[in-house]
Amino acid sequence: MKRRDFLKAAVGGATTLCTVGVAEARPNLEPTENAVGMLYDSTLCIGCKACVSKCKEVNDMPPTMEGDNTTWDSAHDLSGETLNVIKIYKDGTARVKDSVVDGFAFEKRSCMHCVDPGCVSACPCTAMRRDSLTGIVTHHADACIGCRNCMVACPYNVPQFEYNKLFGQIHKCQMCNQAGVERISKGGMTGCAEVCPTGATLFGTRKDLLAEAKRRMTLQAGEVYSYPRGNLSDPFHPHEKAVPHYRNHIWGEKEAGGTNVMHISSVPFDRLGMPPLEERSAASIAESVQHTIYNYMALPAIALAGLTFAVRRNTEDDDHEGGES
Amino acid sequence: MSGHKALNSRIITPPFLFLALILLIGGYFGVQRFMEGMGAVSNLNGGFSWGIWVVYDVVVGTAFACGGYALAFTVYVFNKGKYHPLVRPAVLASLLGYAMGGFGAFFDMGRFWQFYEIFLPWNWNFNSVMLEVGLCVAAYILILIIEFAPAFLERIGQKKLLKVLNKVLFLFIALGVLLPTMHQSSLGSLLIAMGHKVHPLWQTLHFQPLLAILTALTMGFSIVIFEASFSTVGFRRSSETDLLAGLGKVIVGLIAVFLAARLVILALQGKLGLIFTGDFASLMFLLELALFIIPLVILLSPQRRNRGGTLLIAAVCMLFAGSLYRFNAFLFTYDPGPGFSYFPSVPEIMITLGIIALELMVYLAVVKRLPVLHREEHA
Ligand code: SF4
Ligand code: SF4
Ligand code: SF4
Repeated sequence: MKRRDFLKAAVGGATTLCTVGVAEARPNLEPTENAVGMLYDSTLCIGCKACVSKCKEVNDMPPTMEGDNTTWDSAHDLSGETLNVIKIYKDGTARVKDSVVDGFAFEKRSCMHCVDPGCVSACPCTAMRRDSLTGIVTHHADACIGCRNCMVACPYNVPQFEYNKLFGQIHKCQMCNQAGVERISKGGMTGCAEVCPTGATLFGTRKDLLAEAKRRMTLQAGEVYSYPRGNLSDPFHPHEKAVPHYRNHIWGEKEAGGTNVMHISSVPFDRLGMPPLEERSAASIAESVQHTIYNYMALPAIALAGLTFAVRRNTEDDDHEGGES
Repeated sequence: MSGHKALNSRIITPPFLFLALILLIGGYFGVQRFMEGMGAVSNLNGGFSWGIWVVYDVVVGTAFACGGYALAFTVYVFNKGKYHPLVRPAVLASLLGYAMGGFGAFFDMGRFWQFYEIFLPWNWNFNSVMLEVGLCVAAYILILIIEFAPAFLERIGQKKLLKVLNKVLFLFIALGVLLPTMHQSSLGSLLIAMGHKVHPLWQTLHFQPLLAILTALTMGFSIVIFEASFSTVGFRRSSETDLLAGLGKVIVGLIAVFLAARLVILALQGKLGLIFTGDFASLMFLLELALFIIPLVILLSPQRRNRGGTLLIAAVCMLFAGSLYRFNAFLFTYDPGPGFSYFPSVPEIMITLGIIALELMVYLAVVKRLPVLHREEHA
């Protein structure tokens, strides 16, 4: 009788290990109190790529040359040497800016500095970290084994590995605040926001930027608005421009728990190549499952106790029966 | 007296030489990978950062290596001692499979010279499924070495050590059941964090661990049948079909549970419609389903179960089904977004084939020199 109970415990423990009832689902992480971020307004972007080249300068990265071109940086996607890139949406004759039909629009791709970052959650070695004050997500190559789980777990394919180098590393935008740069810690702003001529890339706290984005949604199309450039909290020489038809959608307010870098646009975001994301972050689901199974290692410990008992009994049976081993 | 005995036949045979040739080619590209970097030999890119080195060598390969695990469950937890003769060759195959998985992972490790960083406790991120997989697989390889040690100790005549080991072996056997349960289910959990990139038909979120462990077990039992059938033919040994038929019965149960779980989960998540959309993913899903159903049908009948040939067909189908499930989820229908595609390069494939060849060569050599296969009653 006793033995049956133990057997049941063993099998029960082992089965619970893999059937998950998610007892304590962890909700999405919340934005940190003083999170900093950026607001990218696609309608203001003119595709000048000043931000791309400033980014390379700040982060000491070489220009990307493609084919015969040796005249300008032709990076067309994020890579080990490009942390920030401007992409383009085109339809039909591509004549009208910010029009879905026969139009074109720009989209900036760089790390979104997720509020609940998949890369941080997935990294086994804590080589990806979210700063508890600024919310900035940084990479620390000294602890990284190059498993590239951060790449698969990032909904935006942001972390990039240098496949072409034998001793390569992961690169991603760290909001110009990594060791040796620290522009934000020193009270500055990101390189891309600083050089953006139109205010399409704007630096500030997440709160202020979200408020600004919401304000823009309420503006009447056609009225002239004074768009700040560079830093939201310290607007110098604004850029005056007629308000476009904004989509009523602030990308990054809610997507997968939200991001500190938010985008607004007049073209739907799926056309701009943004991924189909729900509000619940994949990281929060993965961690809930993981912690339900491995909570204080209690389940594995119980399973091991039961298994040890069962195995011991059953190997002893072998001996008594004069069996081998 | 051990119940096992070495085959003691020649090691260098034509098949062995053929495997050596594949190993040589794989080795050539392997050297290149460690001279020039991963980009020089693989088609991995910013969207597909995991290719066949992770998906075949680790995700599918370790499931192929679940024979020892499946049998340990049967023999030591459910006390079915009659399957004992199958244990030792299965443990050897598991050891080799897992060791090669680890080896393959090393090729794939972008910063291989820092691999030890994952073993430093102050680096551990307890939220990471990858941490669990990495540590657990490493621990299980050690356990398998210990579980296989008796064969080696018998061979070199270390009676004393063998006795001591046999006294505590139960502990390691218990760990040998626990660890694969943990990391095989975690291999499924890896998919959760991949979110929208995993096709909805395979993105079952909370149910990933369950489906992963069920495929690991079915593949584990199938590989035992597969290996035993092959050593019957290859080494001209008497057939073990009686024993294997019993395992066939277990597999029927497992497949039934897997298929039921799979369909119920999809129904609960409202995704059944996706099965019939006729796109690539839905066709792959149907193929997978067929590969699971064929062995189910074969093994349901006791007559077919007891015929070596049909049993082998069922096992092979099962192995394909389980592999396809994992390949589909991790690679075939994986979609990181526009602008990325992946097909393994020739060097990438050759390195993986080289690793498999090495595994088979070591297996052949070991069963010929160490007491692994069960002593035949009427030999
Ligand atoms: S965008 Fe990707 S790399 Fe950046 S924080 Fe989010 S998950 Fe991490
Ligand atoms: S590649 Fe490096 S940073 Fe990315 S998950 Fe692996 S260890 Fe972490
Ligand atoms: S600098 Fe500003 S306007 Fe120019 S490409 Fe970058 S975001 Fe667009």
